[in-house]
Amino acid sequence: MAHGTTHEHDVVIVGGGGAGLRASIAIAQENPGFSVACVSKVYPMRSHTVTAEGGAAAKIKPNDSLEDHIYDTISGADWLADQDAVEYFVNQAPSEMIQLEHWGCPWSREPDGSVAVRPFGGMKIERTWFAADKTGFHMLHSLFQTTLKYGNIVRYDEHFATRLLIDGNGRCRGCAAIELRTGSVRAILGKAVIICTGGAGRVFPFTTNGSIKTGDGMAMAYRAGVALKDMEFIQYHPTGLPGTGILITEASRGEGGILVNKDGHRYLQDYELGEALDVSDPRHPQKRAMELGPRDRLSQCFIKEMWAGRTIETKDGHVVHLDLRHLGAAKIDRKIPFVRELSRNYAGIDPVHKPIPVRPVVHYVMGGIDVDSDSATSVPGLYAAGECACVSINGANRLGSNSLTELLVFGAQAGRHAARFAMDNPDYDVSDLEAQAEAEGARIRRAWFDASRRDGERIVALRSELHDAMEEGAGIYRDAESLQAACETVADLRDRYRNVVLDDRTNSFNTELTAALELGSLLDVAEAMAHSAIRRTESRGSHQRLDHAERNDDDFLAHSLAYRQPDGSPPRIEYGPVTITKWPPGARTYGAGSGLKKKPTGQAT
Amino acid sequence: MAAELTMTLEVFRYHPETDAGPRFQAFEVPYDEDWVVLDAINWIKDHVDGSLTHRWSCRMGVCGSCGMMVNGEPKLTCAAFLKDYFPRPIKVEPLVNFPVERDLVVSMDGFMEKLQAVKPYIIRDDVDDTSGGEYLQSPAELARYKQYSMCINCMLCYAACPVAGHEDEFLGPAALALGHRYNKDSRDRGQAERLDVMLVGEAIWGCTFVGECTVVCPKHVDPAGAIQQAKAVGAQEFFKRFVMPKGTGA
Repeated sequence: MAHGTTHEHDVVIVGGGGAGLRASIAIAQENPGFSVACVSKVYPMRSHTVTAEGGAAAKIKPNDSLEDHIYDTISGADWLADQDAVEYFVNQAPSEMIQLEHWGCPWSREPDGSVAVRPFGGMKIERTWFAADKTGFHMLHSLFQTTLKYGNIVRYDEHFATRLLIDGNGRCRGCAAIELRTGSVRAILGKAVIICTGGAGRVFPFTTNGSIKTGDGMAMAYRAGVALKDMEFIQYHPTGLPGTGILITEASRGEGGILVNKDGHRYLQDYELGEALDVSDPRHPQKRAMELGPRDRLSQCFIKEMWAGRTIETKDGHVVHLDLRHLGAAKIDRKIPFVRELSRNYAGIDPVHKPIPVRPVVHYVMGGIDVDSDSATSVPGLYAAGECACVSINGANRLGSNSLTELLVFGAQAGRHAARFAMDNPDYDVSDLEAQAEAEGARIRRAWFDASRRDGERIVALRSELHDAMEEGAGIYRDAESLQAACETVADLRDRYRNVVLDDRTNSFNTELTAALELGSLLDVAEAMAHSAIRRTESRGSHQRLDHAERNDDDFLAHSLAYRQPDGSPPRIEYGPVTITKWPPGARTYGAGSGLKKKPTGQAT
Repeated sequence: MAAELTMTLEVFRYHPETDAGPRFQAFEVPYDEDWVVLDAINWIKDHVDGSLTHRWSCRMGVCGSCGMMVNGEPKLTCAAFLKDYFPRPIKVEPLVNFPVERDLVVSMDGFMEKLQAVKPYIIRDDVDDTSGGEYLQSPAELARYKQYSMCINCMLCYAACPVAGHEDEFLGPAALALGHRYNKDSRDRGQAERLDVMLVGEAIWGCTFVGECTVVCPKHVDPAGAIQQAKAVGAQEFFKRFVMPKGTGA
């Protein structure tokens, strides 16, 4: 772990996925004199944005309205979203999506050449733009390729950021990062920093998330004293392949796919999600109903079916069937070809001829780094955007196809605000920050390469125990007892983390070291999740408490804020207000005609 | 109960800090018919030797990280199933035609430079102005370039290409297909700029049309076809620019 060199820029962005790249372009384009550092532990086109399939929501068609998109998002969030943020998001979404279209994203098209839209869960109308069923892939590559136009975006590919650097005035001025190729720790400095490191699905064993989604940015901010907000809200996507957890996109239901139990029954009709229209009925698939209900509800219905003995048992656990056969080969190949490819390769079935076995799978963290509606954290100069951040537009349950758009809207916004901060606060002491980075390198070397560190535990042992604890304790349905057990196991694992030993104590491309650091991130994030969940004694959106089954607006229409305690004791949990502007909390209904029926009240509360 | 089935992975090892040269190391791994080669490599790293070094992320064939040589063929290891090789041993090596960083990790420096060289972005004056709404593009216009936009940058085509390994000037299959993708996009106005790059030296002309790139592509992109089409456009352009200089044309 040699001492690295220092690199100075105007803004440092940690993370090279959709949000980080959009932020990079926003800054580079509007401030040609600025130098933007884009620091990523993988090459940007490997970022997890690449796996998103179904689409990205934005009002573009004349039959749609901004107000409906706002209402769908707020009600989908079980009223835990901040309504000012949702309004900003929905209003900005169309121009951001058009911008990405101009940058080359190959959106699927209508015969007249306009972009095509498809229905998605919890949305009242078709408003989801798509590039077949590889939307995230095309968005990420379009953004990445567009960054190549800008000489003032300096990439630090395969640099693993380990620590935020804070100056003597409490402002964030960069990060320390391990250059994987050499193992040296570099000080990558800037006048402002944006974290865009994505989610943390790898806290759980069964997830759609790639191996890189270990919550590193969340943990880095948490350690710097920033709260993690609403971490108890974890989205299970209802249709993952058993065994691998590979995602079968919601677009398969948007195109008309149905979910059936072991008796071939469309069980969602038994859970207040509307009427099961025949698949040949021209009104099928009905928006905001049945298979196009929101993800939290559909995943919860699966568990209830399982408890009732109506799911199908396989060697990879219980499943239900996602039946696409009535769509026919031509439509499947045109609209959702990746679904067919994935089902054939990883489930051994062709959905043209057989239903796809599916079960709920951890997909997305609604919570994240606490930011305000300007994407700013409580540390001056530190911003966050994308899945790692919690603005919050997603509240207690994110609607499918809002997250890709969120990357664009808030990536760009964070970029602009960070650039402004950098302009207004240009001066800092380089040598102080260099010393911090040097100390970070020494700390890592001491912690992991010291000769005395022998005969401990392997990374995989702790990771497996963490997985079991979180799946058993903090899954789709939780209660005080299960969450207490999860909290205790996480605390025990945090103690034992000090005993983890590495086989590899060399410098170049030490991916065992980065896996150990990722485990540290997972443990910090899991702690915030479990403790936030045990304190929220109500059920809302994706957070379902068996011992507190009702939503409780009197006590919990509030964002949880978990603050890490430097002495290792459990996090302090506080609560902050939810911004309600025009849409007072109401019953969350799905089924026929469940969208916004009357105008909002216009009263701020 | 029958003994647990296993199989052998012979893995290429090379560490620049400690090894004078490469070697192979054999590992016995559990055999599971659902496992892909990547699962076996991860099992080794987790349970046997934490120093084994490779790249991976999505394990669903779209991030492009885990390309390696599997029994001499370039493959995405997340899509290469053990059952297709069992019970014979599997030899795993880093992608050929790239410098090795360590074990199964190759240097991507040259590849990234080539990608950037073809200017893979929409070139036109009003690209940042969204006030007029989306650019219209018919499904037929989309179809003209769509397949060339499916490249995941996994670099298998460079490992399969007999030219890419020894001709540095050759931009290679993925980069050329990407340049062609933008040239074919009805929204783009940048073909002339891109041809300035593609027509230099061996940049495109290095291709001898062996077609292996198209054969190994896990996403069914046809880089060989793209290169042939681009060469045809390039030949006309070359003729116009150099054989019939301005003013002498009929």
